[in-house]
Amino acid sequence: MHNREQFREKALKAIDKKAAFGEDIDLRSFEKWAEPENLDICALPEIERELLAMAGIDVTEKERGGTFIQKNTSVAHCSVKQEGIEVIPLKQALERYDWIWDYYWKVVQVDADKYTASAELDLHDGYVIRALPGSKTIYPIQACMFMDRENLQQNVHNIIIAEEDSELHVITGCVTSHRMKRGIHVGISEFFVKKKAKLSFTMIHNWAEEMHVRPRSGAIVEEGGLFLNNYVCMKPVQSIQMYPTTHLMGAGAIARFYSIIVGSPGSVYDVGGRIFLNAPGNRAEIVSRAITNGGTIIARGHLIGKSPEIKAHLECRGLILNGGIMNAIPELEGHIDGVEMSHEAAVGKIAQEEIFYLMARGLNEEDATSTIVRGFLNVDIPGLPPQLKAEIDKAIEESNKDVM
Amino acid sequence: MLLIEDLQVELAGKIILRHIDMEIKPGETHVLFGPNGSGKTSLLMTIMGYPQYRVLAGRIMFKGVDITHLPINERAKLGIGMSFQRPPTIRGLKTRQMVSICAGERKDVDVEALARAVNFYDFLDRDVNDGFSGGEIKRCELLQLMAQDPDLFLFDEPESGVDLENMELIGRTIAKLLGQSITPKSEKSLIQQKRERTKMGLIITHTGHILDYVSATKGQVLFEGVMSCVENPREILRCIREVGYEECVRCIIGNNSEKKH
Ligand SMILES: Nc1ncnc2c1ncn2[C@@H]1O[C@H](COP(=O)(O)OP(=O)(O)OP(=O)(O)O)[C@@H](O)[C@H]1O
Ligand SMILES: [Mg+2]
Repeated sequence: MHNREQFREKALKAIDKKAAFGEDIDLRSFEKWAEPENLDICALPEIERELLAMAGIDVTEKERGGTFIQKNTSVAHCSVKQEGIEVIPLKQALERYDWIWDYYWKVVQVDADKYTASAELDLHDGYVIRALPGSKTIYPIQACMFMDRENLQQNVHNIIIAEEDSELHVITGCVTSHRMKRGIHVGISEFFVKKKAKLSFTMIHNWAEEMHVRPRSGAIVEEGGLFLNNYVCMKPVQSIQMYPTTHLMGAGAIARFYSIIVGSPGSVYDVGGRIFLNAPGNRAEIVSRAITNGGTIIARGHLIGKSPEIKAHLECRGLILNGGIMNAIPELEGHIDGVEMSHEAAVGKIAQEEIFYLMARGLNEEDATSTIVRGFLNVDIPGLPPQLKAEIDKAIEESNKDVM
Repeated sequence: MLLIEDLQVELAGKIILRHIDMEIKPGETHVLFGPNGSGKTSLLMTIMGYPQYRVLAGRIMFKGVDITHLPINERAKLGIGMSFQRPPTIRGLKTRQMVSICAGERKDVDVEALARAVNFYDFLDRDVNDGFSGGEIKRCELLQLMAQDPDLFLFDEPESGVDLENMELIGRTIAKLLGQSITPKSEKSLIQQKRERTKMGLIITHTGHILDYVSATKGQVLFEGVMSCVENPREILRCIREVGYEECVRCIIGNNSEKKH
């Protein structure tokens, strides 16, 4: 039988290992446990439901194929309506299914840093979402990580598998209660996109001002597979640091990362994306749009071309609206003849000329500015279902009110 | 009515317009000629209210309001609209949204129908001016003005870079916007229809092709920031062709000052 002992041993050795990037957090200062409780989202107070809605969670579940909710350290809700899709709490999967061991800690290293180590040693739970071969989701599956316990460390480990020829759309919202201030969220996510499968993963963050957030994700994309990874964070946070890594392993595999960040004063966002293009015909694109309103935003991107006939592009645009720091760090690495890689980075302010143009069409200066900002954040994401695009638009629309 | 009196304008530390006088009455359309760099675009931008064009002296009146120092959007609200020579690209803003912005409060504007009328339907979901060709920019500007429907239209070279077929489309559309399309079998006589026009136009043109579609009664020439007096636009065009801008301006100015005294 499988045992987690091997992971535990490695984790113990990495318990104090600092991460390559981001402020180093003393994990000992956080609680590791909270009472399990059921969570009826419909019974939540209005204010909390609104926070969930803004993170893309449909409390009515009407337009969703399944729902997973973890509150603090335990699973509060897990259901699936869509045929061909499995949604299982991770701990349950580890107890019951052999196959899970082909995925658990397979693309993210358990001893990568103190956060991965802690997620193993104090694993709370997480989800496994699997689309069976050939299945197509009509509605996205939603997953929500909810925290309301002050000073808590939430450790989750998620595994998302799109089997051959399947199509899976997942939206995940991470939310802290309006009452909660300080805490840390550690989220491990491992993605497996099998042959000709299509997976879109849209993550919307809605944290509190003293929250630290350390997601650790990795993905493997097989032949002809498509992995679409979207990230939206428009709300304050103390610090967030993540650098998800994707390995394109089969011919023709494609990965696209889109991130949209609006940085509030005092918040630090260190968000990157790294894609290895290992097989012929691989395509990768990293697009980031960031606005700082006094926050610090570090937008990293790293493309590594290891096979001929690959194409990769990195695009990073930043706007500084009301002070703050925008640091774009694009990196391209070609290891062989025949790679085609490019990047485009720009940091600036809103062009006056554009404001005047809109004013000549009748808008006042304020409305002209917010129209341009909204446009700036409005990236076309090919292949994203309209409902998910609508969720992203909604999050942007909401925060646009705060930005102006 | 648009009334410009003794206007003097500075741009980037240089005086680019000197002692400009101009009067456009309701229903009138004027054309403006002048060599490259003479200040034509600057004059339109000043009327529209672009703040980098600093008014040093003189004033601009529109509908009886002194607009010399009004912000751009308030001029737009008063009924001034402009088709720009080189409009900026706005990333992420769809042309469709832009046209609705132009329509403002008016809810009865059918964006798609307007776009079809100027062959622009396929561009509605593209970002405003992003990668548009020269001729496409002209049609896009026109489409926006159709939705905006101002009372004074400022056209900065609406026909340059436009192919023959689109030239006709643009010409006819501008005539229509200016209320110049003649309704046959109307109970009103041609003269009457003409008298009831209220829309005003100021069109910059180098070639005068627009005159094949739009009737402009008056024309002026701008040369090194100095404006000639009013003449028949066809006359001006012929004069420019025969003796060149400088000579033409001198002659017209001469003519007019004699008439004045
Ligand atoms: N930002 C600027 N700084 C300095 N000079 C400028 C600036 N913008 C325009 N100019 C100058 O002002 C003058 C008038 O320009 P304007 O665009 O009004 O000319 P125009 O008559 O419209 O020419 P064209 O027929 O080529 O469109 C030109 O000499 C131009 O180079
Ligand atoms: Mg010009």
